[in-house]
Amino acid sequence: MVKLFPHKNTLTEKHVKANKVADDRVPDGILKKCPKCHTEIFANQLDSYLTCPNCDYGFRIPAKKRIEWLVDDFEEWDSEISPSDPLKFPNYDQKIAKAKKNSGLNEAVLTGQAKIDGQSFALGIMDPTFIMGSLGQMTGEKITRLFEKATKKGLPVVLFTASGGARMQEGILSLMQMAKVSNAVAKHSQAGLLYIAVLTDPTTGGVTASFATEADITLAEPHAMVGFAGRRVIEQTIHQEIASDLQDAENVLKHGFIDHIVKRQDERSTIEWLLKFGGEAND
Amino acid sequence: MTKKAMEVVQAARDEKHISGHELRKVLFPDFFELHGDGLSGDDPAIVGGLATFHGQPVTIITTSRGHSLNERIEKHFGQPEPSGYRKACRLVENAAKFHRTVFLFVDTAGAYPGKSAEENGQGEAIAQNLLRIGQAKTPIITIIYGEGGSGGALALACGDGVWMLEDSIYSVLSPEGFASILWKDAKKAAEAAEVMRLTPKDLLQQKVIEGIIDEPADHLQVCQNIEQVLQTELDKLQNLSAEELLVRRYERFRKF
Ligand SMILES: [Zn+2]
Repeated sequence: MVKLFPHKNTLTEKHVKANKVADDRVPDGILKKCPKCHTEIFANQLDSYLTCPNCDYGFRIPAKKRIEWLVDDFEEWDSEISPSDPLKFPNYDQKIAKAKKNSGLNEAVLTGQAKIDGQSFALGIMDPTFIMGSLGQMTGEKITRLFEKATKKGLPVVLFTASGGARMQEGILSLMQMAKVSNAVAKHSQAGLLYIAVLTDPTTGGVTASFATEADITLAEPHAMVGFAGRRVIEQTIHQEIASDLQDAENVLKHGFIDHIVKRQDERSTIEWLLKFGGEAND
Repeated sequence: MTKKAMEVVQAARDEKHISGHELRKVLFPDFFELHGDGLSGDDPAIVGGLATFHGQPVTIITTSRGHSLNERIEKHFGQPEPSGYRKACRLVENAAKFHRTVFLFVDTAGAYPGKSAEENGQGEAIAQNLLRIGQAKTPIITIIYGEGGSGGALALACGDGVWMLEDSIYSVLSPEGFASILWKDAKKAAEAAEVMRLTPKDLLQQKVIEGIIDEPADHLQVCQNIEQVLQTELDKLQNLSAEELLVRRYERFRKF
């Protein structure tokens, strides 16, 4: 069952070793269906990358799980920042409590400074298990601080996006985050620093319409949904069904908005190479 | 008497509401249109070009809903396509090159949610406006004169100040959409409108906008009120250096 990890000494490898016993406890009979190619997959066929063995689709994965195999070292920033409730929206507090429990995070993005093979960079990972990675006021605050700190420290930024769009429960302040983060991205860029975005399933709405499509290099995971408007809204607008792959990363690439599709298993080595050669060359 | 939020929504969408065409005619009689995004098309839902304002050259950009049914269909009822946002961005950057102030007039339900819009990068077009208009070194003032719908409006309201007519709204999505997503019931739109705080008064309180423009029934008077705001804002912003302007603009959004 276990795929070979391409890199020695990753946090995953340590993690996998430590959790071998726990892994063995996962019941063999649990079936997962790939939402893309509909292949049925036994739970024990999935390693910690959580990808479909048939089509490489990357299942939605909590930020803290991703970090295990992505980097050697991670120091978290602003972990205490937690959602605001500007509209005093009914039952929003319960939703937040559940999201925190699901993800082990206080907001829909994990941020900090990371290292791959000795190279330091600022890393952000949006978490689809936290209210579908929606962009709230404090999500935007953490991402803004990520870019501001990276600018100050002269670090490149790697940002994994996963989002259902703006966080409705926070009203207009959620919308304002799109401009707030974009201005911080612009300053980081003006400092000559590299920004790599990795679009994961799903990257939609206000996140697609801001920092997800403002990077120097835009990567995406296989078959990730990448789009602006919701599928139902489009169909209601044009009064016809749309192709099931309209918002697949592969189709978005074909139209010119993604640089490269990268399998999860190759993300670490790809980012390592791009950090070395994709930005300003080091002397 | 204060209107209920849903009454403001209805007034903002009213057919008799002032149009972009009217605003251009009255405020900028020498308007000279500049078509196209310079890349792939000319979205009729965005009308932009040059004009003079009290003798000074300015760049004007308005959303446009159209009058006849054919026009409206062509303009997607005032919902811009990616090429519309790219046209606006081109005109703003051109204005910055010549230190011309930009006035944007916005009344849109949002960016057009069509198949071609997706394929042509609707999200990317809006994002690039936020990134590039946000850095354009010239005063940029937006007037919302009807609906300010979501990212499609923000992409035209990411400059130095946003003012709204009394009967206009600005929100993360329509109250109908909000009610149907969060409460699975589009009929609760009136309730949603209250909760969302989308009226000019609510938005001023949240510091999302700089001010509200009185809107009497007489459209000529409305235009005069807008003219006054534009002149006052222009006087204020023109005295700032490019650096001061950008610092101020950064702070304007950083506070949220
Ligand atoms: Zn599959």
